[in-house]
Amino acid sequence: MGLDKTGIAKRIAQELKDGWYVNLGIGIPTLVANFIPEGIEVEFQSENGILGMGPFPFEGEEDADLINAGKQTVTLNKGAVIFDSATSFAMIRGQHVQLTVLGAMEVAQNGDIANWKIPGRMVKGMGGAMDLVASAQNIIVAMMHTNKKGESKLLKQCSLPLTGVGCVTRVVTNLAVLEIKGGKFHLIERAPGVSVDEIIAATEGEMIVPSEVPEMTI
Amino acid sequence: MNKVVNNVEEALEGIQDSMTLMLGGFGLCGIPENSIAQLVKLGIKDLTCISNNAGVDDFGLGLLLQKKQIRKMISSYVGENDEFERQMLSGELEVDLIPQGSLAERCRAGGAGIPAFYTPAGYGTEVAEGKEIKDFNGKPHILESALTADFAFVKAWKGDTEGNLIFKATARNFNPMMAMAGKITVAEVEELVPAGELDPNFVHTPGIFVQRIFQGERYEKRIEQRTVRQKS
Repeated sequence: MGLDKTGIAKRIAQELKDGWYVNLGIGIPTLVANFIPEGIEVEFQSENGILGMGPFPFEGEEDADLINAGKQTVTLNKGAVIFDSATSFAMIRGQHVQLTVLGAMEVAQNGDIANWKIPGRMVKGMGGAMDLVASAQNIIVAMMHTNKKGESKLLKQCSLPLTGVGCVTRVVTNLAVLEIKGGKFHLIERAPGVSVDEIIAATEGEMIVPSEVPEMTI
Repeated sequence: MNKVVNNVEEALEGIQDSMTLMLGGFGLCGIPENSIAQLVKLGIKDLTCISNNAGVDDFGLGLLLQKKQIRKMISSYVGENDEFERQMLSGELEVDLIPQGSLAERCRAGGAGIPAFYTPAGYGTEVAEGKEIKDFNGKPHILESALTADFAFVKAWKGDTEGNLIFKATARNFNPMMAMAGKITVAEVEELVPAGELDPNFVHTPGIFVQRIFQGERYEKRIEQRTVRQKS
C-alpha cells in the first residue's frame, strides 16, 4: 500500500536544499542520493570519513579501501575529501551537516527514535546513529509506516531502547509525510492513492489531521 | 628515530593475556590484518578489544572471537558477525556498545591527554546510564571518559622508518586516533619507505605516536559489500 522504498526516497529527495551537506543512513536513506532535484547541489557525508561521496563504482573498479558507512564500495566525486573518524563526528556534532536521513524501528510523537536494539533478540549496536540524532538540526526518518506484523511504528511512546530523545522533525513513510512538533504528529501529505483514514488507522500516536491533506507529487 | 621492527613477531613482543588492545579499521576496511593473524597465532586470551566493529565470522576480529580470545569488546556496531551476537546474547562475551563518534573522540582524548569530555550523543538512552549529566547552552550532555590501550594496532598505506603514516581513502577511519592512544602503537604498512621519502605536508599520523612499524604482507583486503553499477 502506498509508496515503495524508492518512492519514499524520491519524496525525501524533495526536502534537499542547495548547499546542504547531508548524511544518509543505511537502507532507504541511501537511495535518496539517486534523486537529487535538478539545479541544486548537495554533498553527501559518510561518517566513516567521506565528504563528497559518489555513486557505486563500475564493475571491476571497486576499491576495498573506499567504502561508505554501510561498508559498500563507493566512489568519490570531484572535490571530495577523506578524513578520520574523530573529524567526521566533529562535523556531525558541531552541526556542520545540515540534514540527517535515517531509518527507524519506532518513532514517538515527541520525536524520540528507536533503531538500534531489540532486547534479547537483536543487538547490532548504534554505530553513528546516536551521535547523528543528538546533534543534527534536521532529522528525517525514512521507514515503512507499520512493521511486518502490521503494527504502527508511529507511537505515543517508543517501546524499544531509544537512540535519541525529542530529535526527529519529519517522518516520511510509505503512506504519508508527517511533521513532529508540540509533542504530536502532524499529517502533511498522503501518498498517492492512500486515504486519510488509512493513515489514521496505521498511526498509533496522536496525530493532528488538517481538513485538507494534499497528495504527494513524486 | 628508527621505529622499524623486522616482522610481526617482533612487533607484538611483550603482549600478554588480559591486556587492552585497540584495533583500527571500519568494517574490514583498514584493519591490521597481519597483527590480528599474529594475535590468533599467539593464542593470548582474556583480551579487551576496542574496535569500531568486530569483523565478520571468518575474518578480522571474528578470528579472535572464534577462538574465544576476547573477554570484552568495546565497539559501536557489531551487526556483521553472527558469532559475536551469539556470544553476547549468551553472556560469554562482555560488550560495551558506545556511539561511534564518542568512541572516536574517547580514543582521541586518550591520546591527547584529555581525561573526559561532554557530548550530547546518547543522552536519554542506555548509553547515559551511570554517567554524569550536565547542561551546556540549555542542552543536556553526558560525560564520557578517555580510552587508552596497552597496545594499539593500526594499518597504514605508507609509512617511513620514523613511524610517520599515510592512510589510503577510507582505510583511515579510526587508525589515527588509535595510534595516538596506544601505550605501544604498532603500525603495519603496505609500503615501508626510508625517512625523507614521505612529503611532510601530507603525513596523517606523526611518527611520535608510533612505537613500532613493520612492512605488512599478503593483504587480503576483503570487501564486505561489493556494490557496483553497470556501464550504460
